[in-house]
Formats: sequence, structure tokens, C-alpha cells
Amino acid sequence: MYETAIGMEVHLELCTRSKVFCGCSTNYGGAPNSQACPVCLGLPGSLPVLNKRAVEFAIKASLALNCEVAPETKFDRKNYFYPDLVKGYQISQYDKPIGRNGYIEFEVEGVTRRVGIRRVHLEEDTGKSFHDVAAERTYLDFNRSGVPLIEIVTEPDIRSSAEAKSYLEALREIMEYIEVSDCRIEEGSMRCEANISIRPTGSSDYGILNEIKNIGSLRGVQRALEYEIKRQTELVSSGGIVLRQTRRWNESELKTEVMRTKEEAHDYRYFPEPDLVQLVIDNSWLNKCRSEIPELPRARRERYVRELGITPYDAEELVADRALAQYFEGVARLGTEPKLAANWLLSDLRRELNQASLAIEQVKLREAGFSELMVLVSSGAIGSKTAKDILGELVHSGVSPAAYVKEKGLAQLSDTSEIEKFVEQAIADSPKIVADYRVGKERALTALVGVVMKLSRGKAKPELVNDLLTQKLNKGRL
Amino acid sequence: MKIYELNASEIHKGLRHKDFSAREVAQAHLYRIEQTDKDLKAFVTVTTEQALRAADAVDAKMSRGEELHPLSGIPVAVKDNMCTTGVKTTCSSKMLESFVPPYTATVVNKLEQAGAVVLGKTNLDEFAMGSSTENSAFFTTRNPYDLERVPGGSSGGSAVAVAAGQAVIALGSDTGGSIRQPAAFCGIVGVKPTYSLVSRYGLVAFASSLDQVGPFARTVSDAAWALEALAGHDPLDSTSVPNAPVDWSQPLDKGIRGLKVGVPREYFADGMEPAVVKSVREAIKVFECLGAEISEISLPHTSYALPTYYIIAPAEASSNLARFDGVRYGFRAEGATNQEELISLSRSQGFGPEVKRRIMLGTYALSNGYYDAYYGKAQKVRSLIKQDFDNAFSQVDIILSPTSPTTAFKVGARVNDPLSMYMADLCTFAVNLAGIPALSLNCGFVEGLPVGLQLMGKAFSEMMLLQAAFAYEQTVKLPQLPVFKGGLPNV
Amino acid sequence: MRLTPEQVQKVAELARLQLSLDERERYAEQLSAVLGYFNMLNSLDTVNVSPTSHALMLKNVLREDQVRPSLSQQQVMSLAPELSGELVAIPRTFEG
Ligand SMILES: [Zn+2]
Repeated sequence: MYETAIGMEVHLELCTRSKVFCGCSTNYGGAPNSQACPVCLGLPGSLPVLNKRAVEFAIKASLALNCEVAPETKFDRKNYFYPDLVKGYQISQYDKPIGRNGYIEFEVEGVTRRVGIRRVHLEEDTGKSFHDVAAERTYLDFNRSGVPLIEIVTEPDIRSSAEAKSYLEALREIMEYIEVSDCRIEEGSMRCEANISIRPTGSSDYGILNEIKNIGSLRGVQRALEYEIKRQTELVSSGGIVLRQTRRWNESELKTEVMRTKEEAHDYRYFPEPDLVQLVIDNSWLNKCRSEIPELPRARRERYVRELGITPYDAEELVADRALAQYFEGVARLGTEPKLAANWLLSDLRRELNQASLAIEQVKLREAGFSELMVLVSSGAIGSKTAKDILGELVHSGVSPAAYVKEKGLAQLSDTSEIEKFVEQAIADSPKIVADYRVGKERALTALVGVVMKLSRGKAKPELVNDLLTQKLNKGRL
Repeated sequence: MKIYELNASEIHKGLRHKDFSAREVAQAHLYRIEQTDKDLKAFVTVTTEQALRAADAVDAKMSRGEELHPLSGIPVAVKDNMCTTGVKTTCSSKMLESFVPPYTATVVNKLEQAGAVVLGKTNLDEFAMGSSTENSAFFTTRNPYDLERVPGGSSGGSAVAVAAGQAVIALGSDTGGSIRQPAAFCGIVGVKPTYSLVSRYGLVAFASSLDQVGPFARTVSDAAWALEALAGHDPLDSTSVPNAPVDWSQPLDKGIRGLKVGVPREYFADGMEPAVVKSVREAIKVFECLGAEISEISLPHTSYALPTYYIIAPAEASSNLARFDGVRYGFRAEGATNQEELISLSRSQGFGPEVKRRIMLGTYALSNGYYDAYYGKAQKVRSLIKQDFDNAFSQVDIILSPTSPTTAFKVGARVNDPLSMYMADLCTFAVNLAGIPALSLNCGFVEGLPVGLQLMGKAFSEMMLLQAAFAYEQTVKLPQLPVFKGGLPNV
Repeated sequence: MRLTPEQVQKVAELARLQLSLDERERYAEQLSAVLGYFNMLNSLDTVNVSPTSHALMLKNVLREDQVRPSLSQQQVMSLAPELSGELVAIPRTFEG
């Protein structure tokens, strides 16, 4: 039997407005090479100036991953040549990362796993290359050059491909929650590499490390690792030797392939970046960053279940969308019964949002209005069907639900004498259905309720209608 | 007196008195360049049209009755390693032979905003690596005191432009002596400011932790005006200091009575040309006569400055010059079939031998297994060198020494012996390593060649250095312009 | 410390410089001389000395996260030795 040790390296693009060392925009979708300046093109004579928000995002990411934040740190140059690396070096952090010695916890099949975070450091992104095989040319766009990145490196604590996937999901959830990155793996704002090695169970030393790059999706991570575990296990158990390699995940052929052998390790010639000065992160700055970190998803889920009585499933669903959870908290804070609010948010409101392709932030019906709607429903002032019917309108218009119900005359009829009139009329108007009922066709009652509801334009309270009809019809039978 | 012989304060006065227009001043200097540069080869690019346009703008300003900045209408030359929008910036390298930057260095912006008239870009050792301009990929600039001799380097073109009356003020950059040593060889004033006083934005980096831009001028007063205009915080340079404690309002003629002057014995040791030492000793006597208190001091780690410098500077340079890869701008080699080849061919063909030598040296010093022995060690010795100065400045106000061990040497004399070439800056490296300011000014002649006196001060003591230099200059009154040899007319 | 032409070649590869055999020999000799001179540093005891990477100690020089104008696409493109549409072109890169 063999054990697996996986360490992950994740690069996240930070969602600052401007690049890490210059004022160019970080927006996606600009024309190629239209978001570049002397600094991010590496023109001779240009100099970097550090973006404060990028540093704060890196600090927040470190704190959210339970890291120690370096009280003083610096930047280093990582020297290597590549056409999309404009200066021939990347400004990165070598021996003093902003965060180190942290951990992340997440659940895999109901069991809590803890994975160590070795380091979190801030660096700059490169440009993008496009390879045209036919023309034997490579084309370059420098719009991404200089976009801030954080690199998050775990300890080799991950034991399976499923755990790796869960780690990435948990990491993504946290980073989205603290709003430092949008973590879109397909768009390249989240990039994953895995280091993997296997050893016979019980052996103290791990085998040769293999690095896997080019993994373009969460599913890809799981598959690539499954493939690699299998490949290495087969190799070793048949007496072979795992070579130190960098391998690439081939998504279309579902296999890893050799990118380069690690024999000649890169010599990055790191040295302190002389164009930047020391970075001191004192307690007041650290505390300011800490105060801006919201309750993290895991803690929030637990609180919802423990304190608000939400089912674990609903808690999961709510917390998965930070904006929705925020909205939910607002509604619950206004006194709405949390379980009721959660039901409505996760089913009806979410359906409306999907239909209208709206984000929760864009909805005109804010927390107070939604809470008002819940009061109307729970007090019986309107029926839940009415509430569902008008929700779409409320979401778009933003008018007060109570005012809307009043204006449209949608309040539920609960006056027995009023309803009685409709019941009597329905019995008089529908001799055929009444006859059916009398011969024992129970479905006829439902049909009669329908007639009453139609006559009352849906306002009659269905339970009352049911009661009154049964009374009347049975009375006649006596 | 001819216009090109005037210094900045004289031109400023002349402009205000309408003795001549800014256009006439520019034309006189452009004509001077035309007459002399065939022999001197100080300029890589002369920007005649832009210069005349800038001069006209000054004249227009004057005719509107506006106040003139002391640098308004003053012809200046810019070392060709500072970026100028729309004007080639070559670094005297094949790599950037046709590079036209889309932006302008902060220092050039500052001069232009003051109304200075930029005449063109001057020759240098390729990427500022050298002590003679012989490493220029284009041509060697000649010393106006003797055309057979080098003007010093790397800012040789700028030094010559000022020494020969082609420009009144010029910008140089100093990484290990590249302003002071050519100033010494050409008999003019050159200032290396405190690291961080002057913006580096737009200066093509050689060694980022050592580079500073500074002025050349024929008089101390002109140098002071230029330095004041150049200094100041630049938000585009993270290493530019905010609120530098330099009081520019102090008078230059404050005098030096009671000034404590240190004479470091290590700078008068073996390897110095005796005649140079003699000149400098005489200059020190002048300081004494003017009321300065002279004392001998020691800077014990002086001899370590050269190896320390030649590890740190090439290491940083090897990284700074990695951007020249033929991909986005600059020289691209032909015939490459893949990116690896494109990069290595472009670099091999685009860089000259000294640049390659230093890139190799720096790459080696940073490489796996050697970092601690070389770069790491040098960074520590740098601390010791800095400490020497800290100790010295607790006893004295300024330190005097020769600027260079010798006077200008013959063209070709040292090109095949890198180490002997490196020795030319023996007296200037330590200042850059310590980040302190220093100034070189002429203190006499040996066999018709100027000798440089170096004044070093603690960080941000520029005013004190200028006052001391001014006191000396006003006392000895040495000639400011050379009488050309080699058939050059003094037109 | 003597550098062999082979070591010079390795350094040259790291620095992306192609050297002729001749150059390799010459650089080996010249660099060895310079490195030999560097050995004098070893005579200094620096065990308790901290390194200086900047002569002046500034800290926390930061800019606000504000977008400023980039160069125009035209300016970027006009610098490039070879273009393809809006992109900078080079001979094909082999990934990895
Ligand atoms: Zn930019």
C-alpha cells in the first residue's frame, strides 16, 4: 500500500483596481496591449511603486488563513527569462513572505481536515502568450502584466485528490468572502499547481516530488491527481523509479505528460529588489486589516445551525453565496423567523433572481421589504400563494409589500360571513359538482374550493373555504 | 566674451537685460557643437529643432514679462541614458540604437519645466559601464584638453559638452564615480547627490541601489542652481526621499571658517599618481588658509570598496539588463527560430563586451551556491564601509580626497585590462556604497591636464559641500574652458 | 577562484548570452582575475555584520489603488520589433 502527499501552490489574482506597481487598470476585456505603461512593459528607466490595497489584500488573505503576518518584509527579484516576463525578473517575495505558518480547515465527507499553509506572498503577474502553431509564432498581450498575485503554498498535508478539491473549494470560498479575489479558475484568476509524491505506507520518507501544472478546472485538479497517483503507484509497485519531473495536465486526453525534467533546477538568483523599500506592517495596520475581515464561511455556517436553527443544508446553501447570506442576516436581524426567511430566500427569491438574471445586490426589495413580506405571510394577512405571485413584481419595483397588497386589494379574506356568501353562490352555481360530491367523489370538494377562490379573486383564506364548504355540504345531506 | 563662454548666472543676467535672446543663446551653443563635435564626439543626438522651440518659448515668456527661472534659456545636455519622449535614448548601445521612449525622465521634465533648453543627448560608456566612454557602441568621446586622451566616464559626453562650451549645464549619472571622475578629467564641477535626493525615474538603471543623477557645470554656482532644480521627491520613484533636509536658501558664499575637514590617509596611499596627490595637498592648504580645520582621519575599509562595488553593481546590473531581450522594444536579432534563440541572439549581438562581462560577473555573483560568498558578503562589507563614513562624520564636516588616482589617460591605454580600468574609480566607489553626496571640482593641472578634488559629506549635506567648493573656487580662480589642442578653433 | 571556460559557459547560459569559444576563454581569464581580486573580502570578519541593500532606510512607500492612464495601444505597438494585429509577435515559444 502507498500513501500520497500532496502540496498545492495556488496563484490568485487580486481584485485591486490598478496593477501592483503601476496605475494601469486590471479590468478584463480591454483591447490587447491597451492597459500597459512604461512600468508594466518593463521599459528601461521605469520604476515600481507598491499598491497599498494589494498589500492589504495579501495581509487579509494571510489572516484569513491563520498565518503569522511578517512585521517587516521586503520584495525580491526572481530572475528568469521568458517572453511574457517583461523585466527578465518577477518582483516577488523570497525569504520574507507576508504570511507564513497558517492553516485552513474544511470538511471532507463529514470529517474535519486541517491543511498547513506554508506561506502567502505577494508578486506580479506576467503577460499572456498565445501560440500559433501553424504560423510558428507566439503573440503577446501585456494587459495582465503587473496584475497583483498572491501565491498560497500548503504543506504536503493533502492525502487524496478529493481532499485537494475540497481544499481548493474551501480556499476559494474564503478568498471570495474576504473579497480579495474573484477566484475564477477558468478565467485564470485562480491557478493551481500540485506537488505530489507517494511512499510505502509506514515509510518515513516521501519519494520524489512531481510537479503538475496547467490545471484549468477544479475537476481537472481531481482528475490530474487521480491520474498521477495511479501512475506513480503503478510505476513504483512494478519496480520502477519516479523521476523528478514537472508534468502538465492534458485536459483533452485526461493524462499528465512530461513538461521538463527537474534535473537542472532553475537558478532564480533571488536578491532584494533595490527599487522598492522595506515594508513594515505594524499592529495598527494589521488590526485595521483584521477588522475588515468578515466572519468566515465555516464559522458562519456553524452559527446559523447552532444559533438560528437553520438546517445544515440550508446553512451551506446560504453561506455559499456571501451576498445572499448578508441579505439573510439583515432579514433575520429585523425579527423574521430565520427558518422561514431561509426557506423563502433559498427557494422563491432565488428562483426570481435566476429568472431575471439578477444578483442579490441588484434586487430592489431590500432586507426591510422582504422582512415585511414575511410578516404579511406569517400573520396570515396574505396567502403564501399571493406572496409568491407578487414577489417578482416586488423584486423589480421595490415598493413596500404592505402598500402593494393594500393598493391591489390582495389582503386575504378571513371574514367568515363574507366567505360564506361565496360558498353559497358556488354551491348554487355548480349543481353538477355538488352532485358528484354527494355521490362520494372526494375530488369534487377541491373543485368547489377552486370555484370559491375564483369568485373571491383568490383572496379567501383557503383553510376557511374548505371548512365552510364541508359544513354547508354536509349540513344539506342531513 | 563669447556667448558659449558664459555661465548660467551670466546668461540669466544677459537674458533679463535683453543683451541677447534665448534663441541666440541656443544658436550660439548649437553652432559651437557644430564646430567642435566632429573632434570631441560628445553628442549622440543633437535636437536642434526642439532646442530652438524651447528657446523661443523662453523668449515668448520673457516678452510677456514673466519671471524667469535661473535655468530658463540655459542650454543643457542630457546623458543618453535618461529617457526623453520622442527623442532616441540609446545608452550608447546597439541594443537601444533606435529606441524612442514614450515617456520622459523626471529629471529632464524638471529641467524643461524650469525653461532649460535641451540641446541633445550625450555619449557614454554603454549602459554607463566604464570610465572612459571607450565602451560606447558608437564612438569614443575625446578630452578637450587633449584629444588623444579620454574624457573619463561613464558620463564622458556630458562632461565634455560642459567643459568645451557646447552646453552650460549637463546631466550625468553616477553609480561608482561616473559624474565625478569625468568632471575631474575635464576640469569642471560634477555633483553626485545623496542617494534618494534626485529621482531615478526614467534613468535607465545600471545598479539601482547606487545610481544617482547629478549635474555638471563649469562653476559651483551653476551646479548649485541645477542641483536645486533636480532635487525633490518624485512619487514615481519609491526610493526618492520626501522632504529632504537640504536648505537651498543658504548662501553659497557663507565661507568655511571653522569647517572641520578630514583628510583620509587611505586616499593618499600607493597607487595614486604623485603629481595628483601633490595638487590635492595644495588644495587642502587653500582650505586651511580659508579657515578650515584640517585633520587626518582614517576610513579603514577603503580598499574593500572596489571589490564590494564590483560585486554589487554587476549583480544588480545583470538583473536590470535582463529586460533587453528583443521581444517588446529595442534591438532584435534576425534569424531566430524560437524564443530561446531570439533572446540569446538579441542579447549577444546587442550588448558590447564590457556589458557582457559585467552581466556575467553579476550573474555569477548571484548564482546558486555563490550568493553568500559574493553578493551576501559584499552587502555586509557595504555596511562596514558605510560605518567608516558614519564614524568619520562624527568628527569632521567634510572629507577631501583626490577624485581619481590619475589625470586623463590615453585612449586605448586600458581597454584590454578591465581591472586597471576599474581602478580609475578607486576614489569614488565608497561614496556610492554609502549613499552619501560628493562633488568633484578642478584643483589645478598636471602637464596641462586637470586634476579633480573630491569633497564628500554626510547624507543631505549638499549645501555644505557646495559652500566649501565655492570658497575654494573663488579663491583659486582656475580657468574654466580649455584651450583646445589638436587644431580646434576657439570660435 | 579560477573560472573554467565550461563554468563561464554555464553562467552565460543563465544570462542568455551566446559566447564563442574564443570569448569563453577570454572571459574565463578576465573574470578569474577579477574574482581573484574579490578574495580580499574574505579576510574581513563579517559574522556580526548585517547586510546593507540600501544606503538609506526608507519604509512603506505606497501608492493608493487608483487607475491612471496607460500608454495608448499605438504607443506600445510602435515600440515592438514585430507585430501581428494588436499583439507583439515573436518566433514560436515552446511551452515549458
Ligand atoms: Zn502599467
